[in-house]
Amino acid sequence: MLAPAPTIHLQSVEKVFPNGVRGLAPLDLAVGQGELVSLIGPSGCGKSTLLKLIANLHQPSGGAVRWWGEDFSAIGREGRRLSFVFQDPTLMPWSNVATNVRLPLDLDGVPRAQAEARIMPALRQVGLEHAAKRYPAQLSGGMRMRVSIARALVTRPDLLLMDEPFGALDEFTRNRLDEDMARLCARDGLTTIFVTHSLYEAAFLSSRVIVMAADPGRIHAEYVIDPGMPRDEAFRMSDAFARICRDLTALLSEVSPHRAGEDGL
Amino acid sequence: MTVSPRAIAVAAPIAVGVLVLLAWQAACRLWHIPPYLMPAPTDIGASLAANGPALLHALRSTLAVTMAALAISVAGGVLSAFLLVQSRLIETSLMPYVIIMQVTPIVAIAPLIIILVKATMPALVVCATLIAIFPIISNTLQGLRSVDPGLESFFRMHKASRLQMLLRLRIPSALPMFMAGLRISSGLALVGAVVAEFVAGTGGSSAGLAYEILQSGFQMDIPRMFAALALITVAGLVLYGATAALQRLVLRRWQAQG
Ligand SMILES: Nc1ncnc2c1ncn2[C@@H]1O[C@H](COP(=O)(O)OP(=O)(O)OP(=O)(O)O)[C@@H](O)[C@H]1O
Ligand SMILES: [Mg+2]
Repeated sequence: MLAPAPTIHLQSVEKVFPNGVRGLAPLDLAVGQGELVSLIGPSGCGKSTLLKLIANLHQPSGGAVRWWGEDFSAIGREGRRLSFVFQDPTLMPWSNVATNVRLPLDLDGVPRAQAEARIMPALRQVGLEHAAKRYPAQLSGGMRMRVSIARALVTRPDLLLMDEPFGALDEFTRNRLDEDMARLCARDGLTTIFVTHSLYEAAFLSSRVIVMAADPGRIHAEYVIDPGMPRDEAFRMSDAFARICRDLTALLSEVSPHRAGEDGL
Repeated sequence: MTVSPRAIAVAAPIAVGVLVLLAWQAACRLWHIPPYLMPAPTDIGASLAANGPALLHALRSTLAVTMAALAISVAGGVLSAFLLVQSRLIETSLMPYVIIMQVTPIVAIAPLIIILVKATMPALVVCATLIAIFPIISNTLQGLRSVDPGLESFFRMHKASRLQMLLRLRIPSALPMFMAGLRISSGLALVGAVVAEFVAGTGGSSAGLAYEILQSGFQMDIPRMFAALALITVAGLVLYGATAALQRLVLRRWQAQG
């Protein structure tokens, strides 16, 4: 019997920008159905570049990206939906929360009545059903980010790409959103690729952490975390979590641009 | 007791205006300055009342030119901006001419326009439009370009059509810049109308406020000159206020309510 094709498969994918900068050295990566993979590494190591290649916002200079074993033209069909959450909420300031959330459905040509019916459930998932009629300028940063996540979830994606979605938020809000994310992804069996600067966030959410190194961007190491562990407040306080964080710290120090003995700031 | 900043914003300039008018009035009376040198505010008011119908008729003419020029500027300016934004080649080929049009002093080309366009009213409208259209073009163009790159990626990722991009992304993104341009243009349209009238120097039934000022000057009727000037100022203020209110109305949800 043939094994199902991985959700995402990067084969010797390489990115050289038009200005000659090598964003990514050729690398291979396969992400399976239901995995939550974090990308972590120093600034400039190509995390966003990798994510944009997967979202087809960049074209690889070499190698190929396959989605469910097919090319990008299959994306958007049933069972082949992709959502991207940017670092900034990137909401339309001229539209209210409900219209912002409906946008991807409108662009995908979902009939209006059907689209309308999906707004409130998506907002409920991020706890914002009371804010449907408000405008982005009237929301806090954390609420805007949650609208952005609702906009990503409303299409019922099969693959969710997130580029430091909570980077601009305070730790308290971030932890809460991380818990919400973990719950949602586990419930829907969502395949997620998550870029973060925070090893604690990576440790908390992921079933696998990819540690990347810079100059040129490449994969330095992979760290697998038992996905069976419930990702809740108790997990954050557990010894297992502490050990994961310690391991990740060690891996990150190997790729840090400021190694021991060198001058810092 | 606390006074709201809003109330201060209204009351303070009014207080300054009243004080200046009082000082002006007092100075004219105290030093017996003849009205043909510097009329007191009451002289101007009296002239305004005495010449009311004629001045209002002139005001109507000037406003007609202003509003026509503003309407053409909005329609033409927005269309031009859409044309220019279509491709870099179109923009680089045409933008220099838009700028040449902008930097050429209207007073210098107004006589030519008035000769070329035989009918007075259309000639005046053309002059005023040439002044007023530029902010609309440049602001709308900049607005159409000021699309949030993240949102643009989002639209592209969902394979949005050109029309969807235009209607749901570019036009709304351009709105704040367009409104700012409209506010500038409304003032310029009035300036353009008055300047064109000065240059044309036309009287008759369609004479505007500039003609009133010229005539009053010839006849040494200085209070009437000031009365016409006051009407131009009030018209400018009303236009500014109206476009500012429109801007607030259209953009009220963009900014956080304070
Ligand atoms: N459009 C581009 N043109 C040229 N070089 C680029 C472009 N985008 C990224 N780069 C370069 O590619 C490298 C990787 O950038 P990337 O944004 O992927 O890093 P990152 O890991 O996401 O960093 P950060 O954590 O700071 O977001 C950097 O050296 C960057 O300067
Ligand atoms: Mg990045």
